[in-house]
Amino acid sequence: MIAAPSEPPSTALAAPDPTEAAGQGLLEVSMGPHHPSTHGVFRMNVVLDGETVVKLTPVFGYLHRNHEKIAEKNSYLASIPYTDRLDYICSMTNNWAYVLSVEKLAGLPVPERAEYIRVIVAELTRLFNHACLAGFLFQDMGAMGTPLMYAFREREKILDLFEWLTGSRMMCNYMRFGGCRCDLPPGWLQKAAAVAANFPAFLDHFEALLTGNEIIRARSEGVGVLPRNLAINAGVTGPGLRASGVNYDVRKVDRYGIYDRFKFRVPLGGRGDVFDRYMVRVLEMRESVKILDQALRDIPAGPVMDARAKLRNLRPKAGEAYGRVESPKGELGFYLISDGGPTPWRYRIRPPSLINLTVLEDMCLGQTVADVVIILGSIDIVLGEVDR
Amino acid sequence: MLGGGIIQGFLETGRNFCGSYYDPARLTTVQYPEVRLAPWENARTVPFLVYDGADAIAGLRCTACTICEQECPAHCIEIVKDTAKRADYLGKLQLQPKVFNIDAMVCMSCGICAEVCPFDSIKMDQVYDLAGGNRSLILTLKDLSKSNDYFRLIHPTEAALVDAARAEEQRKAQAKKAAQISNLKSEIANPPPASPAAPVSDLKSEISNAPPASPVAA
Repeated sequence: MIAAPSEPPSTALAAPDPTEAAGQGLLEVSMGPHHPSTHGVFRMNVVLDGETVVKLTPVFGYLHRNHEKIAEKNSYLASIPYTDRLDYICSMTNNWAYVLSVEKLAGLPVPERAEYIRVIVAELTRLFNHACLAGFLFQDMGAMGTPLMYAFREREKILDLFEWLTGSRMMCNYMRFGGCRCDLPPGWLQKAAAVAANFPAFLDHFEALLTGNEIIRARSEGVGVLPRNLAINAGVTGPGLRASGVNYDVRKVDRYGIYDRFKFRVPLGGRGDVFDRYMVRVLEMRESVKILDQALRDIPAGPVMDARAKLRNLRPKAGEAYGRVESPKGELGFYLISDGGPTPWRYRIRPPSLINLTVLEDMCLGQTVADVVIILGSIDIVLGEVDR
Repeated sequence: MLGGGIIQGFLETGRNFCGSYYDPARLTTVQYPEVRLAPWENARTVPFLVYDGADAIAGLRCTACTICEQECPAHCIEIVKDTAKRADYLGKLQLQPKVFNIDAMVCMSCGICAEVCPFDSIKMDQVYDLAGGNRSLILTLKDLSKSNDYFRLIHPTEAALVDAARAEEQRKAQAKKAAQISNLKSEIANPPPASPAAPVSDLKSEISNAPPASPVAA
């Protein structure tokens, strides 16, 4: 005869009991991980009172792929293509954050021309990331496809530039510690200048389509307000923080690379709602075009790789370094510890998407379930970066 | 006016809709399987191995040094060295791969193998419709070996640089060898009083056996 178990199995890891919420007249809904509005494999357990959110638990980890541990087994060079796959929309800024921290760790200088190329590709990345985010956000609101396709049309022009330069549209794998992998092909700068020159006209049309639309304003104004203090305390960075009125942009604060040479302003929001987060991004795109104009005008001739940089068998001296850049999503940082060996002893990423996601519940409480979708859309997460 | 923003948006959509009939800037897509865009010169998908001349085995540039195997971030390259050696384009004896497999399912097309290869042997291909009916897509030495003409076709700029560098190396090596031979001839004509050193006899036999014609890189 089989003995009865002495104690009931632990329920700590089991799914929450839906009847518990139901007993209080509440409804628990699991949104995701296969819901199209969750921008990837992301799940939210939402407890609803009627249509109002009373509790929201984000559940992530579906896309975990052990990036940090793999990087601790690989050489410094071999981690660069893996960083492309973090925030798979903006591979250039990911590359930059990683090579910046390796350069700090190994004390490598970067040639002037390479610094300019980095600024140009990073600002192009910011342009199409923000345009696509606006498209996705309004798709979540019900503007099915139209703004998104207009944004994708512009993105295609920039991706063509990237493919021409690096050989790949999205997984660019372009930057190296000590410079960039290859020089600009002939004619690239003129084409990039043409794309940058046409972008404000696209933004004017895009804004004519969206900004004044009464339905969009009714859906987004006063929705998902992120108070200034909460944004600072939660460590939110990027356009989400600036929409709440905090003047913090790593390009201005840290002045990494050569950002101290460019004249641009940091747009700030007032209320910190979904509409402000959209508007801050539109204004940031206009500022990025200004940076692009200056960088494309001033780019000098010269080498793109430092002569002392070596890609294989890089063994930085024992020490630690933190390199951070203003990625389109927020502050992206790589923290590296070296013990003098050929692989990093510790490799840690500060992903802006994950940290911006921590305030999701605070923004959603008291809103309706339809607003949860657009609030999540306005944070601008990419699950490749949230889960790593 | 309430609704003005919506009407403006409709006008914008209408402008785009009409433009899609005549404005080439709005026609950004092609009908894919029938129409294929030419890839950019830098475009990269999976690696391939370059060989010189007509024979894929004799002209293979790969020397099985396994640098690409070590540096591959996804560890998708498998190399087994052959015990037999063969002369490369400079006439030096080099190892060659017995097995060279690339798991194209694992390869992430980063191009680091091509970047670290010191022999200009592994380069990035541009074929993109690789999907097949089964779950295994392991490319063997036979699939991977492609001629230098193909490399020149898909990456003309890079191939021209590589060809020039290799022709220069070959020219230097030949000049060095010619100098050695003329030195040797003069030594034979006027034998030194001391006993000849060992390398001289090696070179003598090499001259009498007539060196094998090395494949021309250019």
